[in-house]
Amino acid sequence: MEKMPKWADVVLIPLISLLLAAALSALVILAIGEDPVAAVKLMVDGALGSSYGWGYTLYYATNFMFTGLAVAVAAHAGLFNIGGEGQAMLGGLGVAVVCLFIPWPHWSLALIFAALGAGLFGAAWAAIPAYLQAKRGSHIVITTIMFNFIAAAVLNYVLVNVLRPEGSMDPATARFPEAVHLPSLHELLAPLGIAFSKSAPANVSLVVAVAACIFVWLLIWRTPLGFEIRAFGKSEAGARYAGISPIKITMIAMLISGALAGMMATNNVMGEAERLVLNSTEGAGFIGIAVALMGRNHPFGVFLAAILFGFLYQGGAELALWTKIPRELIVVIQALVILFTGALDNMVRMPLERIFLALRKETR
Amino acid sequence: MTLMKTLMGAAATLALSAGASLAEPALIFDLGGKFDKSFNEAAFGGAERWAAETGNSFREIELQSEAQREQALRRFAEAGANPIVMAGFAFGDALGQVAGDYPDTRFVIIDMVVDAPNVRSVVFNEHEGSYLVGMMAAEASKSNTVGFIGGMDIPLIRKFACGYAQGVMAANPDAKVIANMTGTTPAAWNDPVKGSELTKAQISQGADVVYAAAGGTGVGVLQTAADEGILSIGVDSNQNHLHPGKVLTSMMKRVDNAVFDAFTDGVDMETGFSVMGLANGGVGYALDDNNAPLVSAEMQAMVDAAAAKIATGEIKVHDYMSDDSCPSLSF
Repeated sequence: MEKMPKWADVVLIPLISLLLAAALSALVILAIGEDPVAAVKLMVDGALGSSYGWGYTLYYATNFMFTGLAVAVAAHAGLFNIGGEGQAMLGGLGVAVVCLFIPWPHWSLALIFAALGAGLFGAAWAAIPAYLQAKRGSHIVITTIMFNFIAAAVLNYVLVNVLRPEGSMDPATARFPEAVHLPSLHELLAPLGIAFSKSAPANVSLVVAVAACIFVWLLIWRTPLGFEIRAFGKSEAGARYAGISPIKITMIAMLISGALAGMMATNNVMGEAERLVLNSTEGAGFIGIAVALMGRNHPFGVFLAAILFGFLYQGGAELALWTKIPRELIVVIQALVILFTGALDNMVRMPLERIFLALRKETR
Repeated sequence: MTLMKTLMGAAATLALSAGASLAEPALIFDLGGKFDKSFNEAAFGGAERWAAETGNSFREIELQSEAQREQALRRFAEAGANPIVMAGFAFGDALGQVAGDYPDTRFVIIDMVVDAPNVRSVVFNEHEGSYLVGMMAAEASKSNTVGFIGGMDIPLIRKFACGYAQGVMAANPDAKVIANMTGTTPAAWNDPVKGSELTKAQISQGADVVYAAAGGTGVGVLQTAADEGILSIGVDSNQNHLHPGKVLTSMMKRVDNAVFDAFTDGVDMETGFSVMGLANGGVGYALDDNNAPLVSAEMQAMVDAAAAKIATGEIKVHDYMSDDSCPSLSF
């Protein structure tokens, strides 16, 4: 029997966690002598008040959707993939190789193959930890996080020694050719008569991210493979008894997870920067963990949580632009939200469960 | 109704506070952060000096991510900030994209050349300043061996090293220059531990004066040099005070002057290519109470004579970036 109704689990707990985080953040802002009400208004207005703000919020959200889904798929198989960061970095390399070395006639074709390339590189990077987990029992948490460092080193080497254009000081690739420029939301919505900010980086890969959400939902809840993944995640012994191969499921779940994380690169590398820079992922792989936690590993939850974190990132940038709040404190505010919604989930859940239990007894 | 009024009022206040930035200048720091004791801090110092002297205010932002480069430029430009100054070569790509969209805004980029009618590109003759401190290093060295520790291995830092080596050779043709770079990625700008290790390695090879052109990494170089009892040379800001009596001098790169000048010139500034060298006080060496006992009158006379000759063009210091090669040092 469930301890509390579904709506409380999905809506009420995240909402209370958010309010708690907001209250603590307000205290932090007060403590440094700024006005918390004005700060919140600035964040909301800057992130959601205009198509420019939405453009940035959705840009960040697109990144987090991919990495959030990556963590969620692995989590359904009982695997904790902390390697989204490294897999997304390698995905960037895949996108850069596809975009730089093949002359594409049209962006749509380039996007399909860049997404494939990114997925392939990301999946390949997840394959080694997955194999070590499946065959050798090396713990996936340790191996994936170590692979993040190896990915950073690989990217360093490739950017500095192989892909850096002659005479450039930046460790970055050349700009991708004009033909692979992905249309931004401005360019996509203009023919429909909808005005959207020209300068915002949100682009067509948002559609890819939403499609990925739907794909993951179908995969996990509507296919035999998804059933096997969930069964394996719930109880390995039970799954084994039912004839499900742990090696196969571990490998497949991690390959899908790595591919999803890698595909993030279609947004940040191909859609925004249009060249591969050293620090292109900027921690999105780690934010994906918080997004998946908050979204309860459900694609729709991941979608909503990604937009919330997109709001926090863009709102934080607006705070940095228009107030004297130092950037370290903006990180503190973002971290408080992650802490409350992700790590301190039970702090809200347990009292709530008790309340619902008490209410139920009374009505009985 | 009243709620609506409150909301509208709040929105209006917000719009006002955002719009009040009109014609204020803006300064954008690179990812290294405002207080790096070196490059960004020098830029901040220039802006603060301008604010103190004129009583005006300026906008600033410390970037958190790559995506914010273009965003910060556009947002400041749209809000009417003018001029907009950015510290660091990494803004080159973003500014190239943005500058054309805001023809009435003046942009200033430091350490990089962006060719647009409304951009002033400020570059420094670091090789000239490094030449001077190289002469001083050669004079102060007893072992005839001096060291150079660079940050990230990019042409700009090789330009420092090459000027330094030429100065050393000019003062003492028999001297030996040991040059090391900390790394090949931006992390090399902020790795004091590696800087310390490199310093120890150079000491074991006989170096007794070490020049650090490595941003935050230099803090480790200067510390280790002071601990091991040899002399060091700081960079960008005046770093003599970090270890009084242990830092021979600092190669001053007056990023603060570049920012100060840009803010002072304001919206009517001349754009184009701006070179700050010895002739116009853009680079130089630092002399204050902290290092006065280390610099003999003889040494000072020699360096000042060389500075005058470089300023008039009598001595030509080779610029590594002009042909990607260095006659006095191989990398």
